[in-house]
Amino acid sequence: MAPPGKTGLRWSPWNLLLVVPLLWLITPVFNRTGPELFGMPFYYWFQFLGIAVGVLCTSIVYVKTKDKPTTSAPGEPLDVDDLDEGAR
Amino acid sequence: MNELQWPELVIFALLFGLVTVLGFAAAKWRAGGTLDHLDEWGLGGRKFGSWITWFLIGGDLYTAYTFVAVPALMFSAGAMGFFALPYTVVVYPLVFMPLLRMWSVSRTHGYVTPADFVRGRYGSPTLALLIAITGIVATMPYIALQLVGLEAVLRTLGFNGAGIVGHLPLLIAFIILAVYTYQSGLRAPALIAFVKDILIYVVIVVAVIYLPIKLGGWTEIFGAADAKFEASPAKGDGTLLNGNNQLQYATLALGSALALFLYPHSLTGVLASRGRNVIKRNMSALPAYSLLLGLLALLGYMAIAAGTKPLVNQATGRPDTNTIVPNLFDQMFPSWFAGIAFAAIGIGALVPAAIMSIAAANLWTRNVYKEYVNKGATPAQEAKQAKLASLVVKFGAVAFILFIDPQFSIDLQLIGGVMILQTLPAVAIALYTRWFHVRGLVAGWVAGMAWGMWLLYTIPSADGSRAHFGGSALVLDKLSLFGWHPFAGSTMTIYVGFVSLIANLVVAVLVTVLARRLRWPNGLDKTSPADYHADEGDKKLRAIGAH
Repeated sequence: MAPPGKTGLRWSPWNLLLVVPLLWLITPVFNRTGPELFGMPFYYWFQFLGIAVGVLCTSIVYVKTKDKPTTSAPGEPLDVDDLDEGAR
Repeated sequence: MNELQWPELVIFALLFGLVTVLGFAAAKWRAGGTLDHLDEWGLGGRKFGSWITWFLIGGDLYTAYTFVAVPALMFSAGAMGFFALPYTVVVYPLVFMPLLRMWSVSRTHGYVTPADFVRGRYGSPTLALLIAITGIVATMPYIALQLVGLEAVLRTLGFNGAGIVGHLPLLIAFIILAVYTYQSGLRAPALIAFVKDILIYVVIVVAVIYLPIKLGGWTEIFGAADAKFEASPAKGDGTLLNGNNQLQYATLALGSALALFLYPHSLTGVLASRGRNVIKRNMSALPAYSLLLGLLALLGYMAIAAGTKPLVNQATGRPDTNTIVPNLFDQMFPSWFAGIAFAAIGIGALVPAAIMSIAAANLWTRNVYKEYVNKGATPAQEAKQAKLASLVVKFGAVAFILFIDPQFSIDLQLIGGVMILQTLPAVAIALYTRWFHVRGLVAGWVAGMAWGMWLLYTIPSADGSRAHFGGSALVLDKLSLFGWHPFAGSTMTIYVGFVSLIANLVVAVLVTVLARRLRWPNGLDKTSPADYHADEGDKKLRAIGAH
């Protein structure tokens, strides 16, 4: 990741992945009945597919642009994701 | 009054009792030193981790009204109602980066509301006031709509009386909600959200497996929907979009996505989280609710296949399509399970209503009360003021439903979406650049707001029953720039919010250029570039709940 410049903006090419889900705004791509999936017209299942693509994009950007922590509280593991987190 | 549905009612009452206990107990849940500070009452101590944030924001954004209204729209209009899906597909990638900056700068400076940020970024109380008022006005009808969702359930349970008696159960439910929100602040909806979301997931998963089997499969369901729209005289409906509503579909989805995190209650959920990684993880985890919403939307078609009829609301005397989903459950499920489903929707109304009233109260306190009424207010006075304001906001919403036609809230919510979009340049773009001049932002807000309201006023409803505020789909042919019709003859429709946002941006740019030429002063920026990257654990972060 590039160090913050004068503007304070940090840029990573991975961020461009966040543009991909905008494809789901282009209605002519999916405004059709076939091919059907389990009896569901294309229009419907393709838009459901968009959810998975969105999750994939945000997850990749998260993993690839993880900031190194500036400081960490002593003794606290950083990736704890249990319900106790935040209690300090 | 109709026959009361006893088994459903008992289960509903038990679950409602459970969340009431939780709501009051929440005050002590991982409590900080004091509740007399907005960091604590209004933001739950700014320390929610990934799971709590997921339940809280999920419970906040996917409201009871959504659960009732989206399937109802599918039931009556078809494919157009599915816009909720692309809307929730694009929203998280879009807001991923800006939300991180908003969290960091707010955590560094102790901002509680979006208007606080604008105040710090531009040093302009006037601009901050505009943002705060827009937020409050846009949120109020949204709270009222939660009541519409709750009432749809209560009426299906048998409380379908006329006049004030018909509204009594709703009033009782809301008084209870108001009292525990007053006492526990944001911790109450955060804790209740666990119950709400788990119930909703169970109900929807069961519904989308059980109902299609009972109704003969998806082919059957889509076939029934197709047949219904073929037979209906209305032109805009169908199981696919047509040439006229595709642009509306896309711009409505995009406009709603841009608007979602400008709503003060969405930001409240974000600012209450512990750090940047919590937000990043949630951008990938929150779409689980979108899947839920999409499946829920299809319940509208299942209702068509099952031959469900909307209940006639005895307070207004009209059939209420919002009762479609509750009625479908009532008709297809054993009564104990219908009771769980109703409780899920009912409790689903309480969580967002609580968060919205807290967000509106925070705006009032920070950007009106502290700015104009009591400049020297201590944190304890702020917390007191916000608690009182949350009561006023909630009873204002109840009054909306009791004394004014619920249709009015639905209209206002439509207007609210267009309004909140007008804060995009001052709130979202300002996170990245201070290029816009403060006077440009004010001028843009005025232009976007005025034009948006005017356009909404001119739109008649699709069935021709009302001449004004009939929807958000503007026919391009009617679009006029000082008498010039750039798209004369076009029958395509577009989302009004999108059009007015463009007007807002154009005016903001023009006035900014002018202001720079004339060297007007542009306020003082209290934030520094590094503030936008601060994270949990940084040494220089403000202490939470400090003065």
